[in-house]
Amino acid sequence: MPKTAQIRLTLNGEEMDVSFAPYKTLLEVLREDLGLVGTKHGCELGECGACAVLLDGKPVLSCLVLALECEGRSVTSVEGLAEDGKLHPLQEAFADLGAAQCGYCTPAILVTAKALLDQAASPNRDQIREALSGNLCRCTGYQQIFEAVEEAVVRITKQRESPT
Amino acid sequence: MPRQKELPELPIDDSPADAEALRVIGVPRRRVDARAKVTGQTRFADDISLPRMAYCKLLRSPHPHARIQKIDASRALAQPGVYLVLTGRDLPISYGILPVSQDEQALCSDRVRYVGDPVAAVVAREELTALEALDLIDVQYELLTTISDPHQALVTPEPRIHDSGEEGNIHKRVALEFGNVEEGFAEADEVFEDTFFYQGSTHLAIEQHAALAVKDPEGKLTIWSSTQVPHYLHRALAKVLEMPPAHIRVIATPNGGGFGGKSDPFSHEMVVAKAALLLDRPVKICLSREEVFYCHRGRHPVLMKFKTGVKRDGSITALQLQTLMDGGAYGSYGVASTFYTGALQTTTYRIPRYRFQGCRTFTNKPPCGPKRGHATVQPRFGQEIQLDKIAERLGIDPAELRLRIVESSNVLTANFLTLGTVGLADCIRRVVKVSGWTGKFRKLPEGYGAGLACSAYLTGAALPIYWNNLPHSGVQLKLDRGGGVTVFCGASEIGQGSDDVLAAIVAEVLGIDTFDIRVYSGDTDLGPVDLGSYSSRVTLMAGNAALQAAERAKAMLAEAVSNRLAVDQHRLEFADKYVFDRVAPEQRVTFQEAICLAEAQFGTIGAVGSYTPPKSPAAYKGSGVGPSPTYSYTAAVVEVAVDPATGWITVPKVWIAHDIGRALNPPLVRGQIEGGVYMGLGEALMEEQEFRRLPKKLSHALVHKFPSMLEYKSPTSLEMPEVVTELVEDPDPRGPFGAKEVGQGPLLPVMPAVANAVYDAVGVRIDEVPITPEKILKALAEKKAGHDPRFGPSHFPPIHWPEALRVPPPWDGGDGHAVNDPRHPGKASSEKEKAPAS
Repeated sequence: MPKTAQIRLTLNGEEMDVSFAPYKTLLEVLREDLGLVGTKHGCELGECGACAVLLDGKPVLSCLVLALECEGRSVTSVEGLAEDGKLHPLQEAFADLGAAQCGYCTPAILVTAKALLDQAASPNRDQIREALSGNLCRCTGYQQIFEAVEEAVVRITKQRESPT
Repeated sequence: MPRQKELPELPIDDSPADAEALRVIGVPRRRVDARAKVTGQTRFADDISLPRMAYCKLLRSPHPHARIQKIDASRALAQPGVYLVLTGRDLPISYGILPVSQDEQALCSDRVRYVGDPVAAVVAREELTALEALDLIDVQYELLTTISDPHQALVTPEPRIHDSGEEGNIHKRVALEFGNVEEGFAEADEVFEDTFFYQGSTHLAIEQHAALAVKDPEGKLTIWSSTQVPHYLHRALAKVLEMPPAHIRVIATPNGGGFGGKSDPFSHEMVVAKAALLLDRPVKICLSREEVFYCHRGRHPVLMKFKTGVKRDGSITALQLQTLMDGGAYGSYGVASTFYTGALQTTTYRIPRYRFQGCRTFTNKPPCGPKRGHATVQPRFGQEIQLDKIAERLGIDPAELRLRIVESSNVLTANFLTLGTVGLADCIRRVVKVSGWTGKFRKLPEGYGAGLACSAYLTGAALPIYWNNLPHSGVQLKLDRGGGVTVFCGASEIGQGSDDVLAAIVAEVLGIDTFDIRVYSGDTDLGPVDLGSYSSRVTLMAGNAALQAAERAKAMLAEAVSNRLAVDQHRLEFADKYVFDRVAPEQRVTFQEAICLAEAQFGTIGAVGSYTPPKSPAAYKGSGVGPSPTYSYTAAVVEVAVDPATGWITVPKVWIAHDIGRALNPPLVRGQIEGGVYMGLGEALMEEQEFRRLPKKLSHALVHKFPSMLEYKSPTSLEMPEVVTELVEDPDPRGPFGAKEVGQGPLLPVMPAVANAVYDAVGVRIDEVPITPEKILKALAEKKAGHDPRFGPSHFPPIHWPEALRVPPPWDGGDGHAVNDPRHPGKASSEKEKAPAS
């Protein structure tokens, strides 16, 4: 087995070549080889959800994905949520409504919620609960997270109706 | 019934501002560190990397109890990429969070005491290399008898897990008596005796413990760690490494959740510090999730027996509480925990006579310690269920019963705790109203029920962990010519929002925006000491220190501005980044100009503030645990749905009212309350730190039943019910702007409220947690068979209790001293002999 592998992927909208030890997971490559430490880990066994990123727009647990599998694919981490220097409405709402306490599970919850909003423009509370059920949060009791996702929906709708 | 002694009302003129005038405090606001958190830029310990960094892994014991005969690391050391192997010989000095329990060694040198006890450490170029090298360390063990639970510990004095305990495998026994309890039982119309069991659970912070140590360019040590207690870690490192504290810098990184689980100095912190000094290169460790389960320090499993005498009107004549605790393999906070199982019973309801006997045993399991609510959670569970039983027998509504016996503000309790404002009655009324209690209790259809419970919690321990007469918290402010203010404080941000509390208080006093303030916290080099994020102390203690510092800075600015504007200082207002004449607001300077004026007049502008809790009137041995500047109060109503066929239990809704004094930032307060409800529901329904024996043909070792997040069940977003949160705000003059704690108290009433609701739903008592479908079915079967419709312990084992220290309560003329302290006949125990607090 070669000591390093090299693949091309699109990371947070930017196409790039990445080299890494071939046994590494996407989580490890993001954190250790690319320095994108916004993505967290809580178990490295696919149990806590803290390492979720979007792979081709769908949430995956990056601790269970080999980086080698990401050749030619698109990866979005929390670092890729803000656009043009502006926070994503989800980030704004989470900050305003106290949805991030310790902030450790937050990056994964944000990208998972983004995937939900990308496919269901106006999800109800049950859909939000369902979408986030793989992301453990020990601080908030989830309620302010649900409310922040709902608030983000309102803000996104407003933005669409009156773009600035 | 004896009358409570009223304390003099505290003056409230010091209150810095009235509610109407507040611009920052009490206004819902984005916390100062929110942007970092939602952009993934908060740097947790494992997020930090340095050039030349090496990785550390710990070899942990596979045996619950064994003597180490020999360790041979030569094969590991021969591996390419392995830099260092450390064993107990390299770190021989013992430590522990409490001065009375210095029983831990970073790496065990002669004995292992639980599966997971660290034995050796490997430092290597790659994490994987370190991990693989662990398998190449040869350790020979001589197996010893395993002590698996408190019952076995009581009857198995040998082998002793520690020689430092009281005797055999008993770590600590305490016995305290406040007034003549037997007289109280004789006076009672009814006496209730109930036994409860509270299972252990763990914190399960999503962030795994991590630490990174480096020998800095000057040759001193810097360590970043996910710790709640940088100051105590600082002290432990100085001891273990035999270095002057001045040469050690501890930086508590923001914790990815703490809940008490990062409040002890840990093996891995000592090991990376030692390795970094030896190798002169950065060394990092991040524990695996399995290892985090072994670090534990979580909720003690506690068996409890309550004996309570009551009059027909519900008033309590006497209470006797006995607790038996499974402490695990080390002391940790255990001595304090033992006292805490008996400390706060008197803070909620009027209890004129009280006897407490507590016993903590050593067992060969990961050490227990402080988890949110520390060891007050377990007895609160028992007390609130027993009150539900009492209310039913006496034919009084449980809410009404509690309102009749609720404790008053500003009294001294039987065990000499000085209460501040007591908003419990308001909490009960609010929660009864919003939940529609009277329409629910005993009125819902079969299978549906509502339960109520209450609680109190400390707003910071009034005594430090090690004896000293120094402030508990300090804050330093730097005011910049550019208009910026920098706050330096040793407080550690564990997600609760302590940085925001500091910024909000300073912003309020100086009339600026929290965004104009930068907070440097948790760094022993930069900030004055704060004792740490435990015992719900930071808002009140660091907050009061910040308030004092800000007021001092403001006074300097006011004098300088007064000179410039020729306006009396008392007419100056600080608001909206201006300092202006209240009477003629156009007479003003900007905040930045005010700083410059002050700097010209006084020189560089800085200010310090500190906070020391008031001295407790309690002076008996053990009275160091329980006193607090003031207590928070909570009442909760929980609704449950129980399927009598399967025992399946769900919680559709929770109503909770919390006496916060004043909410400094309401969304954060709500988050703490709902987070407490969430964690309480986890403990009530599913969470268990449980152990099992491996089969005999294997090692028969006592192992953690499920050291993984998948198998250790915790509530997900699907199980979390709707929570209706009510804040009771009656500012307590002891807290900054009247604020009391919120981080721990709201968890406490949840578990007993669930148990009481289950009884309302299906008529069975589940007198232990977790309340599982299996237990409900067993209790339903008992009920059907005409037996006692309950599930729970029936027996409290005989324990040889020491003679109780007899402390006459205030209304019997007591002065806070024991009348029979054998070591100090006839005189007060000195301050030093108060047990350590936490």
